[in-house]
Amino acid sequence: MSSLSRDEVAKLAGLARIEMTEAELVELASQFGMILDAVARVQEVDLTGVKATSHPQPLENIARTDVVVPSLSPDEALSGAPAQEEQRFRVPQILGEAE
Amino acid sequence: MINKTAVEMAEALTKGETSSVELTQSHLDRIADVDGQVKAFLHVDADGALAQAKDVDAKLKAGEKLSPLAGIPLALKDILAQKGVPTTAGSKILEGWRPPYDSTVVAKLKAAGVVILGKTNMDEFAMGSSTENSGYGPTFNPWDLARTPGGSSGGSAAAVSAFEAPLAIGSDTGGSIRQPAALTGIVGVRPTYGAVSRYGLIAYSSSLDQAGPFGRTVLDTALLHEVMAGHDAHDATSINAPVPAVVAAAKSGDVKGMKIGVIKQLQGEGYQKGVLTRFNESLDALAALGAEIIEVDCPSFEYALSAYYLIAPSECSSNLARFDAMRYGLRTGDVNGASAEAVMSATRDAGFGREVKRRIILGTYALSSGYYDAYYGSAQKIRTLIIQDYAKAFTQADVLVSPTAPTTAYKIGEKVDDPMAMYLGDVATIPVNLAGICGMSLPAGLAEEDGLPVGFQIMAPAMQDQRLYQAGAALEASLLAKWGAPILSKAPVLKGVK
Repeated sequence: MSSLSRDEVAKLAGLARIEMTEAELVELASQFGMILDAVARVQEVDLTGVKATSHPQPLENIARTDVVVPSLSPDEALSGAPAQEEQRFRVPQILGEAE
Repeated sequence: MINKTAVEMAEALTKGETSSVELTQSHLDRIADVDGQVKAFLHVDADGALAQAKDVDAKLKAGEKLSPLAGIPLALKDILAQKGVPTTAGSKILEGWRPPYDSTVVAKLKAAGVVILGKTNMDEFAMGSSTENSGYGPTFNPWDLARTPGGSSGGSAAAVSAFEAPLAIGSDTGGSIRQPAALTGIVGVRPTYGAVSRYGLIAYSSSLDQAGPFGRTVLDTALLHEVMAGHDAHDATSINAPVPAVVAAAKSGDVKGMKIGVIKQLQGEGYQKGVLTRFNESLDALAALGAEIIEVDCPSFEYALSAYYLIAPSECSSNLARFDAMRYGLRTGDVNGASAEAVMSATRDAGFGREVKRRIILGTYALSSGYYDAYYGSAQKIRTLIIQDYAKAFTQADVLVSPTAPTTAYKIGEKVDDPMAMYLGDVATIPVNLAGICGMSLPAGLAEEDGLPVGFQIMAPAMQDQRLYQAGAALEASLLAKWGAPILSKAPVLKGVK
């Protein structure tokens, strides 16, 4: 039986930038064991020599000629912004005060 | 008029028996009448729809040659960006967002003169199988309002089965078109991966996502498929090849000599009795039409569900990083001196629902160093084995078949606290997505024990989508002759507010 502690879930939530309440952390930790057991079945199969598939199609880089094509105007691009200033996205402080 | 097929509506338009404005208005009236109970729509764009309809009418009057679906109303899953129209993907984190551009699917619909009635409800970011994970409340199944219509495209499926729209568009990452089609008694197709552009389709799991059509008949669905598919330079994974001849196939519907493979692993234990009865009857019907029914073995399918619930959450944990409270959507906690990281974390907590958080955390875990090979890496190898199983099966059969979902529609709330029980509903649809091939669900009748619709799934190799329509049309015609009337005529009549 796999399991994940409340603290491990809290660490993952931090990495994923999701602030979670104590109740959410506890609930998720309690569900995780069951979910991990189910998905861990992929490890039951002998996968020696099997190649990984990341995508159903053979992907290749697609380039186009470097010419200007129509795109969103600054106003359109900013139309959904939670906050803007001087035609830019205004974001909260990204560096600590000491920096 | 709203009970007619899209083909019949288009004929009436061409003959001048009705106008697109009239057709659109009667669907808007129907929505006003019954959607308070069904809750298929998150946003109804009455003004936009009527303006589009007026435009088509003017063109028809001027004798312009238009597409076969010009003037026909449609319901659009809220996962596709439509310029200036609220687009939320069922999430509170996008509440009030109005995209500054059209997704390619919407651009194609507009170019074809298809009238977009509004945006339909869905599980948040398409994560779910019942539409209960919507940030805006569930959609209700028109067959029984106490039950779910399936998901994640539950709003689109419910709109079509409740006669609020003759056509709809959904998206299918693990069965999100086919399963709701099955649970509401309509036709739904997940086209081959790369056949329909993903530009402007809000991403959940990019290697699995694909938009596709819903209709009440196989031919209606084919006509919409043809409108929405095709190469698009805006999507690097878009296939640069002609759209398969799906409309011609839907019109021919001949299965004489066609080899139909029943997948051994997708039946039996875990499948409701009434589902299997209707499935086997459909096989008999196809055999009577001259198809050859064989059994095929796909041993790796047993692990498809496990692989999917690693791959999809892994991709989603990466894709949903874009919802960072900086450029669009919700921002909370932006108070004096709060750091960007704190604002981001508070916003993602407030904006994402339980299932989305669960999948992001699971994906973050599966991709984290030390676990990557054991989880995500193994899942990718299982994916290879599933592709190989299909490749082998398609050397034996032209199409493969199974029940679409193991059960009929379940009660709202029944599985919402048990994520694994919910995930099991996708067991028969997921392999198609992992392999990037195409699949259809069409009505196979009603289960005896509960009187609810059962879906029959047909699968075909990549870019052989026409085979779905060929076999689907044959089965549909045979079952219709047996039933004497379309399956939706057996659904309870919704008591409207008018």
